[in-house]
Amino acid sequence: MKRNPIISMTLFWVLGLFFTAISYGNATAAETIKIGVAGAHSGDLASYGIPSVKAAELVVKEVNARGGILGRQVELLVEDDVCKPEVATNTATKLASQKATAVLGHICSGATKAALGIYKDAKIVVISPSATNPELTQSGRYPNFFRTIASDDAQARLEVDFALDVLKVKKIAVLHDKGDYGKGLAEYAKKFIEESGKASVVFYEGITPGAVDYSSVVQKIKRSGAEAVIYGGYHPEASSIVSQMRRRAMKTTFISDDGVKDDTFIKVAGTYAEGVYATGPKDTTKNPLAIAAIEAHRKTYGSDPGAFFLNAYAGMQAILNAIEKARSTKYKAVAGALRSHYVDTPLGKIKFDNRGDAIGVGFSMYQVRKGVYVQVR
Amino acid sequence: MDYFLEIFLSGLTRGSIYALIALGYTMVYGIIELINFAHGEIYMIGAFTALIIASVLTTLGMSGPAVLILAGIVAVIYASAYGFTVEKIAYKPLRGASRLSPLISAIGMSIFLQNYVMLAQTSDFLPFPNLLPELPFLESTAHIMGSTDFIIIATTAVVMVALTLLIKFTRMGKAMRATAQDRNMAMLVGVNVNRVISATFIIGSALAAIGGVLIASHIGRINFYIGFIAGIKAFTAAVLGGIGSIPGAVLGGLVLGWTECFATGYVSSDYEDAFAFALLVLILILRPAGILGKASVQKV
Amino acid sequence: MTFRQEMKKALLTSAWFVFLTFPILVIRVNTIENVIEWRWLNMMWIAAGSFILSLLWSFYFGRKTGDPGKKTEAFAPADKAGSLFRNPRFRMPALVLTALFATAFPFLFSVYQTSIMTTALMYVVLGLGLNIIVGLAGLLNLGYVAFYAVGAYSYALLHYHFGLGFWVVLPLGGLLATLFAILLGFPVLRLRGDYLAIVTLGFGEIVRLILENWNEFSFGPSGISNIPRPGLLGLDLNLDTATIYLYYLMIGLCLITIFVFGRIRDSRIGRALIALREDEIACQAMGIDKARTKLLAFALGSTWAGLMGVIFAAKTTFVNPASFTFLESAMILSIVVLGGMGSILGVVLGAFLLILLPEYLRAFSDYRMLLFGTTMVIMMIFRPQGIITGIRRTYQFRGGSIDGATAGK
Repeated sequence: MKRNPIISMTLFWVLGLFFTAISYGNATAAETIKIGVAGAHSGDLASYGIPSVKAAELVVKEVNARGGILGRQVELLVEDDVCKPEVATNTATKLASQKATAVLGHICSGATKAALGIYKDAKIVVISPSATNPELTQSGRYPNFFRTIASDDAQARLEVDFALDVLKVKKIAVLHDKGDYGKGLAEYAKKFIEESGKASVVFYEGITPGAVDYSSVVQKIKRSGAEAVIYGGYHPEASSIVSQMRRRAMKTTFISDDGVKDDTFIKVAGTYAEGVYATGPKDTTKNPLAIAAIEAHRKTYGSDPGAFFLNAYAGMQAILNAIEKARSTKYKAVAGALRSHYVDTPLGKIKFDNRGDAIGVGFSMYQVRKGVYVQVR
Repeated sequence: MDYFLEIFLSGLTRGSIYALIALGYTMVYGIIELINFAHGEIYMIGAFTALIIASVLTTLGMSGPAVLILAGIVAVIYASAYGFTVEKIAYKPLRGASRLSPLISAIGMSIFLQNYVMLAQTSDFLPFPNLLPELPFLESTAHIMGSTDFIIIATTAVVMVALTLLIKFTRMGKAMRATAQDRNMAMLVGVNVNRVISATFIIGSALAAIGGVLIASHIGRINFYIGFIAGIKAFTAAVLGGIGSIPGAVLGGLVLGWTECFATGYVSSDYEDAFAFALLVLILILRPAGILGKASVQKV
Repeated sequence: MTFRQEMKKALLTSAWFVFLTFPILVIRVNTIENVIEWRWLNMMWIAAGSFILSLLWSFYFGRKTGDPGKKTEAFAPADKAGSLFRNPRFRMPALVLTALFATAFPFLFSVYQTSIMTTALMYVVLGLGLNIIVGLAGLLNLGYVAFYAVGAYSYALLHYHFGLGFWVVLPLGGLLATLFAILLGFPVLRLRGDYLAIVTLGFGEIVRLILENWNEFSFGPSGISNIPRPGLLGLDLNLDTATIYLYYLMIGLCLITIFVFGRIRDSRIGRALIALREDEIACQAMGIDKARTKLLAFALGSTWAGLMGVIFAAKTTFVNPASFTFLESAMILSIVVLGGMGSILGVVLGAFLLILLPEYLRAFSDYRMLLFGTTMVIMMIFRPQGIITGIRRTYQFRGGSIDGATAGK
């Protein structure tokens, strides 16, 4: 028993030496500029997070081949947050302790909110390719936050304006999936409709995602006499609802969001998808940078890129461009450069406003015509 | 009145779906008193197998009812095989252990199977082709009840009757009832309890697969997670009706389906699940053994 | 069993698994692109893997069934950890070493390590809390996360509306969770076993649904952000010090929980609970108020969830309903069951294993949940009593001396 303190002392010495050694090792290798990539990389939401990692890898590969930035190579620190707020704080702490200059991510709004406080304290710039919650930029609480996607209210505004001015409907049903994204959007849609005074919200409810059947909600919409449905949520539920509406011979116009503007929706809903409206990022198929980015993805990974790929690609380019323009990796300089310098990206020429929203990134309305989404406005 | 009828029929379809899955739950619980959390996953695997087989058959140039029948049969076979194997691996070694152990094992199995399918296939939703035929005599009523709804309701009814007959009149059924009443006693009078339990899992899983194929056709999409929610709802239905009772499972499913649909139709879909669970709590407090369950007297 | 027979059996098993995994592992369909991919290599892996596993399995069970005397021996080494820990000669140095290590931890490792260690400590407390309900009283609670959510939201909302600070809300959160537990427990605790399980599960879901839907109350699914971290005498803490502070706070809370849990277990209530778990009818005959005792266990256990909820909100600085799903309840339950029901050391080890392993096994992140599920099944098969067996305290009466009662094995 007497020996034990000595043993433990020795143990701590050894451990201490070991970790000093490690940190020294890191110090000498810290020539690289470290960029964190955080998001859901495993689990059921991985398909939203993985494309960002690939986008980041492609951009960095290209930049490093050019000789890096400010004469330094760029290194990616890829960290998984499974889209859970409690994991995201750990991820953020890890990235902060690894001295990341900037972070591309997170993917989900909830995880982003949880992580942002930590990044703010650690003075790290964050660019999310997909977190659309309006509060993130509009609250003004996160000066270190930027995003390459338009916020939910912009999308809701477009949907409502389209329904009121183009389709000229008077009775609108607003539906959501109770999720962070869907419900946020639906709330804005409801608010905008009520403010406009041109139409009334005859129905406002949330459905249960993953339920086996939505026919009772569909019946209720039918009874409400709505001429159009605005749905906030993702394509799996949307396809069920649209199919059941059409099977019941309801001709109600269906307007939805970015989560539905996905080719999977058309495949799942089949002919029932015809005529459905959905908002989505502005058409980039003619942008040469977007074409090149998608081509690079095909070449490297052998498949078409997934969700938010171009947004992530643009975000990564914006970060690196800002570091280059600022000629520094200091937080203030990088954040300033993001706000003041335009950068050419697959989404077009963008820079960020004071709140962190990208100028030049917006939404368009699409409609399913003959099995493909066609831009209508 | 029309609206009431529509909601009533929606509830009937939804309830039948729950009932189909609840039957498997209730059988397993009746015999080994285990909440088989992996049952929902068996249902999901049934649906996935059907999708895979149907896609392969379609690329081979087959079409029509042949695809449905073949895919359905293969799905039933595979789901039964999975049910059988799951029981052998995760539950059989735990017979006689404390009540919690098999439950944890079941939760573990459920997590394993979900992730197994997710990794082997995909985490995205896959469209599921509507394999069910359109019934011509329902064309006029399609706005309130389509043919898939009809097929689901009819299948549930047929399955319930068949299962009741099986349990009432066959040797295996007798053995099942004996095992359910007292496993040790059944063993003493010469019932091969292991075989009975295996058979229960096989039948329950086969039902889950039938449910999987029908429901996936009805919803039109599947992913690895569909089993979880359906499983929990089905278990709720089984408890509601009185666990261990075959008509109870169907009744429980229907009551649950109606509760949810009427809650949606007349109150708000925001809280349809809350209504369902509140009903469960209420019924269990008033009638702890469920609607059709027999209150068991605890023997000392 | 002869070698031949074993080989034959292994081959059969291998063939069975090849058959079983054929459609899901070998064929991958993409109904969106209408592509079918055949992955024959997977089949080889399954064939080889299940063959070897089956051989190992039959080796293990062959030994077990072949010689019944060996069975206990096979289990003995695994229990060594527990008995070693109970040996006072080892116990004291081990505790001192652990205490030293725990104190020095934040200075030895990075902030990130400290942060995940704090998470693990939170789960230790949660596990111990649930252990009162499940381990001692044998009440299967699948909705424990509801009380966790109550705690987290009490801090978030009380801070948002009334600007209450962490230290005020910490006891309040625990109290509210207790209150909730009593309200829920009152009607449902007379249900037995699995019925109770499903009702608590339902209750957990209802709480989450209310948080999701009742926007005016809980701000819905978008959650509440900007919850302050715990303050220290009004000092402005930066991220590093705040993390370290929270870590020590958790160490303190953990010690308190361990102490309280131990006291409850050895008290009249604890012994009544254990007795209730074993035989309700006998207990009633002995004059134990069944309803009151169960309710007490339920309330006592839930208090910890409420406290940890407050810590959770303070640590993540953000709450939304997505953090309080059934999976979280399952996770805490697994900690209790894997660690060993009724055991303190077991729950501590269980929490560290289940929380830290996935964090360090990030390289296998895709297979994390798969391994998690497999571990749960395997643990239950080979060691259903958990890593550390919760031992029953027995008291011996030696002669007439009053202080003759000693705790022993």
